[in-house]
Amino acid sequence: MHVEQISIFIENKFGRLAEVTRILGDAGVNIRTLSLADTSDFGILRLIVNDTEKARTVLKERGFTVSKTEVVAVEIPDRPGGLADILQVLDADGINVEYMYAFVERCGENAVMIFRFDETQKAIATLTGKSFNVLPGERLYSM
Amino acid sequence: MFFNEEFETLPREALEALQLKRLKAMVARVEKSVPFYKDALAKAGVTSDSIKTLADLQRLPFTYKQDMRDSYPYNLFAVPMEDIVRIHASSGTTGKPTVVGYTRKDIETWSELMARSFVAAGVHKGDIIHNSYGYGLFTGGLGAHYGAERLGASVIPMSGGNTKKQIMIMQDFGSTVLTCTPSYSLFMAEAAREEGIDFRDLKLRVGIFGAEPWSEEMRRDIEGKLNLSAVDIYGLSEIMGPGVAIECCEAKKGLHVWEDHFIPEIINPETCEVLPEGQMGELVITTITKEGIPLIRYRTRDITSITYEPCVCGRTHARIARMSGRSDDMLIIRGVNVFPSQIEAILMGVEGVEPHYVLIVERKDNLDTLEVQVEVGENLFSDEIKHLQALSAKIEKQIKEMLGVTCRVRLVEPKSITRSEGKAKRVIDNRNKA
Repeated sequence: MHVEQISIFIENKFGRLAEVTRILGDAGVNIRTLSLADTSDFGILRLIVNDTEKARTVLKERGFTVSKTEVVAVEIPDRPGGLADILQVLDADGINVEYMYAFVERCGENAVMIFRFDETQKAIATLTGKSFNVLPGERLYSM
Repeated sequence: MFFNEEFETLPREALEALQLKRLKAMVARVEKSVPFYKDALAKAGVTSDSIKTLADLQRLPFTYKQDMRDSYPYNLFAVPMEDIVRIHASSGTTGKPTVVGYTRKDIETWSELMARSFVAAGVHKGDIIHNSYGYGLFTGGLGAHYGAERLGASVIPMSGGNTKKQIMIMQDFGSTVLTCTPSYSLFMAEAAREEGIDFRDLKLRVGIFGAEPWSEEMRRDIEGKLNLSAVDIYGLSEIMGPGVAIECCEAKKGLHVWEDHFIPEIINPETCEVLPEGQMGELVITTITKEGIPLIRYRTRDITSITYEPCVCGRTHARIARMSGRSDDMLIIRGVNVFPSQIEAILMGVEGVEPHYVLIVERKDNLDTLEVQVEVGENLFSDEIKHLQALSAKIEKQIKEMLGVTCRVRLVEPKSITRSEGKAKRVIDNRNKA
């Protein structure tokens, strides 16, 4: 039920982000969503794309440090308190959110959030147990 | 002004006769008491009896820093431990320092040479010496301290760091002499200015600066901003510590090497031939009076030249020029000696780190800064910022603990560090550029 995300190490240097996106564009890889975590020296670009393996291969060929990470996509009712409800459930089960960001597309009436947990499987079990809709990767890649 | 006029102004001929006598006596001691030298001298085919003139010094073998490391900790000592009253050490390549031991007489000699150095710099009894050299295993603090006491001046054992307190004490105690690294003096003056204190209004008269290379431009800068007379001092723990050589305040043109205790030579570091007066090369020093750990032809790796021309101050001891570099890759960062290989050894001890790193040294606000760039390959990469930041912090901490130097680790993309054919370019030193 998890989603594959690729993470890329990027130095805080002029034009690096442009280069990554250009390499992916030229390879015909479509970015579904992204988030950028940054410090003064470097950033970590996290991407969900329509073809994870291809994205990884082309970036590695160009000398980037790339890793694959498992994240979880969850549908969240698009209303006040929607995100709070989910976080409360996770908190109750002692599951840590390492980071999270929003998916750009909506899924019907709902928003979609991407989570990175310290314990992915346990988080999925908790969420499905509480009837939250966890989206499989295939749905996201083609959304 | 002299501290020991007789010896400081000994006519050249008498000085050289004394050197020869002391050299023979020193070689006679080590060939008996230090197995390392017994072997080395036998290999070179030299005995103390076969030394007839000072030119015979050239037949003696060199001593390298590596020999000291191989003898860790006490194997080069020439006297039993019960005769050693003090031990100092400088940082080493793999965490093991280079160790030196002093007998009571060695401490007395050191104190006298440091006292001579103070007087040569224009210091006298009645001066208040603010000693900001570090106290501890490093020879700077205690070396200057004992010399100050020997001279009879009042010494304030400040040690390094805590700049605000340094400034307060200098102001309140009426310090007239400052001893520290040249860059730290400017750093303090800058820090004082931010507090609204002008160093030029303090009572400081003389500054004795060493433990790192500096330039004539920097001297002018310091003398202008601190309103004092700045002189260069040279020393290294292997030979003794601070006070091996000093500029006289009269000429400020070259550092007098106390030749009744040390014989300096300048050699071509590649061919090892001894170079004539005035030519640049590596400074090699033989200690002729030291008891604890006498060294024969120690390769300092410092690049300079020597002159025997008479000096206006009246001292007859030869002068070496300001150090202009190193014949190895050693860096001096805030007075701390750092070899790139030491940092490499620490990096290689961290799981996942590849041997691609570069050291960038700069001088910002008059203080040296060291940046260690480490490439982030797949083995090191984490998708979470906190892991990468913890990694940088871990490396910074280890370098601080092992080498005593504060650095900043910057994580960089793979292959952003230039791979050169053959020898990798590991060090970018931007200090002498601006």
